[in-house]
Amino acid sequence: MRTPREPLFLARQSYRKRRIEDAARLLPLLGVILFLLPLMVGGEVGSMRLAYVFTAWFLLIFSAGILSFFLGQNLDQDASGEDTGRPESSGGIDKTSDDTRRL
Amino acid sequence: MLTFNTLVVVCFLYVVLLFLVAFGADKRARRSKVRFLSTPMIYTLSLSVYCTAWTFYGAVGYAARSGLEFVTIYLGPTLVMIGWWWFLRKLVRVGRSQRVTSIADLVSSRYGKSNLLGVLVTLIAVVGTTPYIALQLQSVTLSFAVFARDRSAGWAVPDLEQTAIWVAGGLALFTILFGTRNLDVNERHHGVVTAIAVEAVVKLVALLAVGIFVVWGIGGGPQGIAAAMDQVIQDAPEGAWAMQGGRWVGLTFLSAAAFLTLPRMFQVLVVENVNERQLAMASWAFPLYLFLMSLFVIPIAVVGLSLMPAGENPDLFVLTLPLYFEQDGLAMLSFLGGFSSATSMVIVASIALSTMVSNHIIMPIWLSTRLSGAAEYGDARQILLAARRLSIGAILALGYFYYRLSGGGAALAAIGLISFAGVAQVLPAMAGGLFWRGASRSGAVAGLVTGFAIWAYTLFLPSFGEAGVMSASVLANGPWGIEALRPQALFGVDGLDPVVHALFWSLILNCVVFVFISLMSFPSPLERLQAAQFVNVLDHTSSARGRSFNAATSEDLLVMAQQIMGAEQAQAWFQSQAEQQGKQGYLPDTTPDFIARLERELSGLVGTATAHAMIAQILGGATVSVDDLLAVADETQQMLEQTSLMEAKQEELATTARQLSDVNEKLTQLSIQKDAFLSQISHELRTPMTSIRAFSEILRDGGADDPEAAARHASIIHDESVRLTRLLDDLLDLSVLENGQVQLYPKREAVRTVLDRALAATSSVIDQEKVHIHRNRSDEGIALYTDTDRLAQVFINLISNAAKYCDAKGKRLAIRVRERGGELQVDFVDNGSGVPLESQSMIFEKFSRLSDQAAAGGAGLGLAICREIMDKLGGSITYLPGQSGGAFRVTLPVRARLHQTDNPHAQINHL
Amino acid sequence: MRIPGEDFMTKQVLVIEDEPNIAEAISFILSREGWKVSIHSSGTTAVQAVHDVSPDVLILDVMLPGKSGYDILQDLRSSDATRALPVLMLTARGQKTDRELAQRLGVNRFMTKPFSNTEMLSNLRELVGG
Repeated sequence: MRTPREPLFLARQSYRKRRIEDAARLLPLLGVILFLLPLMVGGEVGSMRLAYVFTAWFLLIFSAGILSFFLGQNLDQDASGEDTGRPESSGGIDKTSDDTRRL
Repeated sequence: MLTFNTLVVVCFLYVVLLFLVAFGADKRARRSKVRFLSTPMIYTLSLSVYCTAWTFYGAVGYAARSGLEFVTIYLGPTLVMIGWWWFLRKLVRVGRSQRVTSIADLVSSRYGKSNLLGVLVTLIAVVGTTPYIALQLQSVTLSFAVFARDRSAGWAVPDLEQTAIWVAGGLALFTILFGTRNLDVNERHHGVVTAIAVEAVVKLVALLAVGIFVVWGIGGGPQGIAAAMDQVIQDAPEGAWAMQGGRWVGLTFLSAAAFLTLPRMFQVLVVENVNERQLAMASWAFPLYLFLMSLFVIPIAVVGLSLMPAGENPDLFVLTLPLYFEQDGLAMLSFLGGFSSATSMVIVASIALSTMVSNHIIMPIWLSTRLSGAAEYGDARQILLAARRLSIGAILALGYFYYRLSGGGAALAAIGLISFAGVAQVLPAMAGGLFWRGASRSGAVAGLVTGFAIWAYTLFLPSFGEAGVMSASVLANGPWGIEALRPQALFGVDGLDPVVHALFWSLILNCVVFVFISLMSFPSPLERLQAAQFVNVLDHTSSARGRSFNAATSEDLLVMAQQIMGAEQAQAWFQSQAEQQGKQGYLPDTTPDFIARLERELSGLVGTATAHAMIAQILGGATVSVDDLLAVADETQQMLEQTSLMEAKQEELATTARQLSDVNEKLTQLSIQKDAFLSQISHELRTPMTSIRAFSEILRDGGADDPEAAARHASIIHDESVRLTRLLDDLLDLSVLENGQVQLYPKREAVRTVLDRALAATSSVIDQEKVHIHRNRSDEGIALYTDTDRLAQVFINLISNAAKYCDAKGKRLAIRVRERGGELQVDFVDNGSGVPLESQSMIFEKFSRLSDQAAAGGAGLGLAICREIMDKLGGSITYLPGQSGGAFRVTLPVRARLHQTDNPHAQINHL
Repeated sequence: MRIPGEDFMTKQVLVIEDEPNIAEAISFILSREGWKVSIHSSGTTAVQAVHDVSPDVLILDVMLPGKSGYDILQDLRSSDATRALPVLMLTARGQKTDRELAQRLGVNRFMTKPFSNTEMLSNLRELVGG
């Protein structure tokens, strides 16, 4: 069996991460659009529209869950964020080191 | 059978359970076992304080009246949560890095730690929240009343007002116990948060249970619900179930804004936040919670409308439906769900408000009554705790009185959205402060005041009804009959829903004023520093560099800190700080870093502005000196960097200038030396030329009559020509030597041979001057490896010098050779009078021909050349004083290291 | 026809010059023209020599052992007996500054070595007869 080759393009990880962040930023926009759509259809609210709103809502939650799974991985270092009275030690996600660590 | 007493007992047991949960969690936190408590799950559940009794009971009523519109209240927060990466992450990061204690503290801190803004936001929060607390009291009281109704057996109709007092009092007790228990730097309340998480589960389970019972128990499954729904829509008044675009969008936005700005939401979202992983999970889990909370709202409403007797309050369907179908357990659970919703909201809201009130109103007032100095803070810690407790009591009392005054009823039910719109006025200042560096204090104040005033005028005051603050005529025709100022149709904008109308005008004008004044004003350095810190919080997480104070002793600061943090904690903290600085004891140096950290520590207890003020007082008001601020403000820091860059450049320039002037001086020196040298050369050349010219002119003009004299004249011309030639040869030789261009040809030879050659070359002058040479040839066998031709040149020079200048009658020259420590020494000692002491230092300089020997001729370059040669050969030539006559010593290492390199003298005197 | 040097037979010139060959040349030239020439080679004793010889004109070298020609000139100009003595200065360092210094000190003629014999003679004639 061949040993898996080293990925040729090492910035792929951080590139993927940035795109996930883009998606996270765009998700609320998608939400706004989804929640505005029912307004395009006039008339009384039937069970169909009710189903639509709840389905769209659930889709958004599902997408947010997936994104948060990936985004949350990048927050590992922050997990120890309980402050110890020394603010310098808290917060601070060193993006580059995080990337290289997971390569 | 569910009796009132049972209800009270269950209620009491439930509260005891909450106490135990809160107590246990606090204890765990105290033992630093916060791992479980700070899990993202607890955090997510604690966010459910958003769902109050108004949403627990009221959502169904809302749905019964207006259909789907109730979900807007949940859609707004959903959008905010799933967009956490964009906004909440930044907000939470700022909150943590700046140790923000409340939303008022955040705004105050952002705009230069302005207490005015803190007070303003606090006031808005109190005004916006008090009715909301009243609403919770009402819902709890109403839910009690539901049980009391229709049940004669053992049920005395409870006094609603008394119930409200009991509830308010109980809540105050709980909040004071767990909300002001730990006055710690983080302003986090693990006990309360955990209790609220438990309540969150209870209300979700209660609502889901009721929903499942309604759909599958009595509603006939999803199909039955769908059919019932269509029926309800047909029966409903025209347009009730229609989607109103304005309200749909407006309320979604409003709930999103309120989610961020409600004091209790800020408390759980930002202040109680421990890390960003909590946020990552909450981003989907909390929307899911809301989703589940609203999933059965419409079914319950629909079933309630179709099955319950007409006139039944839809706001209490969640409670009355189980009761109607004799499901006492379910009703009990539902009651506890509503009770949980109400209590968690009241607890968190009163904690948040009390923090704001004590930090931004009570403490500043208390501080201003004190004189400066650490000793005056003697009871600060107690005062602070008392202020918190007092505030909690006052807020709940306020809520109770509002409930009493409004008399309950429909007016109160509408207060939820009104309250939302009020606190939403903080949004422009908050969001602007997070994303726009140009947002200024003046702009924030102006925007807040404008928005709050318009909100009060268009929504809050009219909400009291026509009998309230505003008369019917004002509502209908505007104040003084000015139509454009009608509260619910401002500037003639008619036909909008009152809430949307108020929201639109208040927020639009709020934003316009905020932006305009911000653009116009010029923020203080401190404000600009904070702006940079807030806006760039995600770029750099290092804490701000503080100001530098040297005036304050750290002892004063310790005294003050002790009274706020508690003696033990303060001492430990100071000690650790001192240790970090590498010092022993309790008193660290008051470095800017230390001051900044202390201020942050204290701001966790008393708020940013107050902590700032306290430290400022200790430090004698020297806080905001221009220099101090220059050192920290981000923009000015850039300026500083530039300045230091320029300073460095200036220094560089100065160095260059100094070097230039050095070089120039050297050049001037060189030029002077060169002038002197040229002058010397000129003299030395012109002197023989003078004789030559004079005698050649004599010869040309006929010459001397006496042939002997004529011959003598011709020989003078010849001698002087020879002298001239020799001078030029010497000059060239010296120039070559000095420039280091000389090529050495080392070979192995005995000293004897070299001396023999030198004596042979000088035999004519020796013979002429009748010099007697003394040698000890047996000593001269030392072998040399050097350029012996050059060495011979030195010997020749010395021998001929001795021959020419020795002034003894019978001239004698002794040449002595010996080896000392690897060095060859050749001494040339004559029996003349030697070189006078004062001249000995000069004889090796060029043209240093000794004056009284001038008549003997010679250009005075000989010894200079000797010195250069010996230097090149790695040896030396010195005058030996204290001998029988003139004495020169030539020294040369037997294994000579030959110098082919440039001579330092070369740069000065080369021709 | 006038016999050269006839008018100057009685004129005495003192030459202060340390280069023997130059002194000899001057001496020969002037003697041939009928001047009475004394030679002195030391700078230190030059002023004394002037007083001893009391010449009609003085030829003074600048670079002298012991005392420079400028110092000698200064001494001569500060003494009543020699204040008016015509002095012809000779120097091998013919730089502008040297000439200026000599003129400030009150020299009558200034010549750079090497010089033209006839030029020196005419200068001397001007100084004594002129």
